[in-house]
Amino acid sequence: MAVSNAIKEQDVLLEIEDVHMSFGKVLALAGVSIKIREGEIHSVIGPNGAGKTVMMNIINGLYMPQKGNIYYKGKKINKLKPYKRAKLGMARTFQKVEVFGGMTVLDNIRLGRHIHSKSGVVSGSVYIGKTAREEVEHRTFIEEKIVDLLEIEHIRNKPVGMLPYGLQKRVELGRALALEPELLILDEPLAGLNLEEVEDMARFIIDVNEDENWKVTCLLVEHDMGVVMDLSDHVFVLNFGNMIIDGTPREVQSHPEVIKAYLGEEDLYATRR
Amino acid sequence: MQQGDKTVQNKNKYGIEITKDLTIPKLFYEKARKYGKNRVAMREKEFGIWRPITWHDYLENVKYLALGLLSLGLENGDKVSMIGDNRPEGLWAEMATLCAGGVGVWLFQDSLIDEVKYIIDHSDTKFLFGEGQEEVDKAISILNECPKFEKIIWDDPKGMRNYDQDYLISLKQVQQMGRELERQQPQLFREMIDKGHGDDVALLFYTSGTTALPKGALLSHNNMLTMGKHLMAVDPCLATDDYVSYLPFAWIGEQMMSISCGLQVGYTINFPEGPETAQNDIREIGPHVMFAPPRMYEQMTRTVQVKYLDATWIKRKLYELSTRIGYHVADLKFQKKQIPWYWAFLDWLAYIVVQKKLKDHLGLSRVRNAYTGGAAMGPDHFRFFHALGVNLKQIYGQTEVAGISVVHRSGDIKFDTVGHPIPETEIKITEEGEILTRSSSVFLGYYKNPEATEETLQNGWLYSGDRGFIDDDGHLVVFDRTKDVFTLRDGKPFSPQYLETRMKFSPYVRDSWVIGDKREYVTAVICIDYSVVGKWADEKKINYTSYQELSQLDQIYQLVEEQIHKANKDLPETARVVKFVNLYKEFDADDDELTRTRKLRRAFVEKRYHDIVDALYSDNDNVHIDTTIKYEDGRQAQINTDLHIRKVKDCKLTVS
Repeated sequence: MAVSNAIKEQDVLLEIEDVHMSFGKVLALAGVSIKIREGEIHSVIGPNGAGKTVMMNIINGLYMPQKGNIYYKGKKINKLKPYKRAKLGMARTFQKVEVFGGMTVLDNIRLGRHIHSKSGVVSGSVYIGKTAREEVEHRTFIEEKIVDLLEIEHIRNKPVGMLPYGLQKRVELGRALALEPELLILDEPLAGLNLEEVEDMARFIIDVNEDENWKVTCLLVEHDMGVVMDLSDHVFVLNFGNMIIDGTPREVQSHPEVIKAYLGEEDLYATRR
Repeated sequence: MQQGDKTVQNKNKYGIEITKDLTIPKLFYEKARKYGKNRVAMREKEFGIWRPITWHDYLENVKYLALGLLSLGLENGDKVSMIGDNRPEGLWAEMATLCAGGVGVWLFQDSLIDEVKYIIDHSDTKFLFGEGQEEVDKAISILNECPKFEKIIWDDPKGMRNYDQDYLISLKQVQQMGRELERQQPQLFREMIDKGHGDDVALLFYTSGTTALPKGALLSHNNMLTMGKHLMAVDPCLATDDYVSYLPFAWIGEQMMSISCGLQVGYTINFPEGPETAQNDIREIGPHVMFAPPRMYEQMTRTVQVKYLDATWIKRKLYELSTRIGYHVADLKFQKKQIPWYWAFLDWLAYIVVQKKLKDHLGLSRVRNAYTGGAAMGPDHFRFFHALGVNLKQIYGQTEVAGISVVHRSGDIKFDTVGHPIPETEIKITEEGEILTRSSSVFLGYYKNPEATEETLQNGWLYSGDRGFIDDDGHLVVFDRTKDVFTLRDGKPFSPQYLETRMKFSPYVRDSWVIGDKREYVTAVICIDYSVVGKWADEKKINYTSYQELSQLDQIYQLVEEQIHKANKDLPETARVVKFVNLYKEFDADDDELTRTRKLRRAFVEKRYHDIVDALYSDNDNVHIDTTIKYEDGRQAQINTDLHIRKVKDCKLTVS
């Protein structure tokens, strides 16, 4: 794989530069830098407590970095609120699903379309003209692009809270996709899924990344090494707030420190296959 | 020895005369021209919306596909296989194959690679229509092993973006080739259709094979068309009817409804969004006619029984009351007695309050005729549907007669029989009790298997291998497969299927296997229904982690024992199940324990579980199992467990 050096600056979708973050005396991130290029699947791995989720929260805007900068498409977004970042084309899923249990699958996904709603309060309150047209367009998009992709036809009108965990994770992914993001942050999308569900989810991630309709850049945090090494273009290894290596799966797998710190503990992080 | 009804004229009420010259494509062309853009031929639910396809669209799609197949090099009599879910493209592919002079072969959607390979290879398939990535992957892996296999045609682009092998082609591309061919030879499609003859082979249909490898039955156009005509003469359908196609096309019953009958009547065929949404989509359509194997009806019964257990007190009481009324009225009807006005009134009340809603939820609200066939249905299930006011009928038939030969008539239903032969069909019972059939729908023979053909086809009679008799009312009673019939300890013959279906009336029992041929007593192996029993256990606060563990719990044995005790009640003492064991897994077609149509492969399970059988006939309370099971993705797991053996209460082991 020919990488790194040949990449031009404009290909970089998201850049983190020397980011520090500490909670009291706990230093969660100690000067982390990463460049995520357009169209790739970039994974972040590391033991529990390595700071992966903190890193995602900083990218997504839930935390403000205490030191360092974040650039999205070359623009500094350090102080931008999460919903503004969503408008820029960033979407995420959470390690523990954050769905609206009492709402149906369709409504959960529709919620993700909110940022694409252009009609005003007046038109919206009477549901005619522009709003009605827009709703139809949204529904068409959801059905043709999301429901079909994620194979959730049979549950579209079911309340999400009633569904098994694996399907809830799919719904959450669906909601993130409804934003039509350019960067998708997936925080442990495979955690707690059974083998069949893992295979399905991995396929959806590839589809979202490769399919003509989507071509979404993915930032993936995951423990399942088999899947990470199979899917990723780049793997970033984090250990107690410090980067160990950022390279191709092959480079990462042969890195001595990675093997020692992470991959070596076979029992703990044994892949599911 | 029932003679066929000779009064039915050659030209049926749809104005179609079935001559020896008529073929399925000719009839299709005629219908499509007649209805054109004014009538909906099929509907598919896609992206949440029912999308209509008119007869005009149907014809256009089939035409270009057929011409495209010719461009690819299809010759007269070449075999074209199809695999995939029920969807319009599947039916187009089949129809296009027939129009182009090919022979259609259908495979079950969930067939394993070995099964696909056997059929593709044995049938000399040249082209395969596969739905999407999954089917294409299966086909690619066997391509090199089947010398006659040339091209794979796919229609669902999902996941296909990285495939560029030159033996792959999309359905759209094939149709494009067809369009080009039409430009050069505009008359070609018509000429091709006109060339056909009714005695040409239309379909090569593989039987489910309970004993050996599947056999390929050759069915002619005439076989298929006369079959449909005769059924429609008994229970006419209307062109305005709706039919939902959701069972595998590789099952002859689905072919019969979608092609043989559907084409003659011209009703609308509806395709659900996917297998998981089928039940809900059926409810949305509310079909007028339904044909399904017993397992579908068993599933519906189970759904109702489970929902009943979940319902509130008042709902439960209302349900109990209405079923009691329903059963009483149904029994009066079975006995052909006049229904007193007060019972008719109560029945109406039960309909208004409970049955109407219930039927709606099951998708049965508009059903005029519901058929069940392909396996035996227990009397309890049968009565259940009649108590609900559903006109459920048994049919009897096989792939070798292009579908069915015997069916119940409305108002003349007995739940232990399968009814009278359809018109122009003769049924005869040999001295040994084997059922023979003779009609214009009897197949041409088995493909590349003259020995089996000779055995099955003698002087125009089809030897079914089923044992049965004709009762005093002229109804055919099918006992069981001849080779399966038991001899009980008192020397009487008995049908294991009958016992098994009785036990399956309990919602907790998913599958059962009864053993007892020439044995001292009868025993059973039970597969519990994981979801229903699991739910029961949840409510009783019983802990379990897996099917295996749940099935071996003492409380579950207690539960199953009660179910068997109930099923035993009306049986002669020698036929009662005395001992049983809960199996650690469900029977699965992937393990060869069931056929693709979910019939038990008795000889196979007897071999596989001989330890359990031996233990059931010894004094042991336990049987040790140490075996490996294979998952669909190739992984293996070791099973090492003890199964309990339990005696059913009030049952004696030997004759008193």
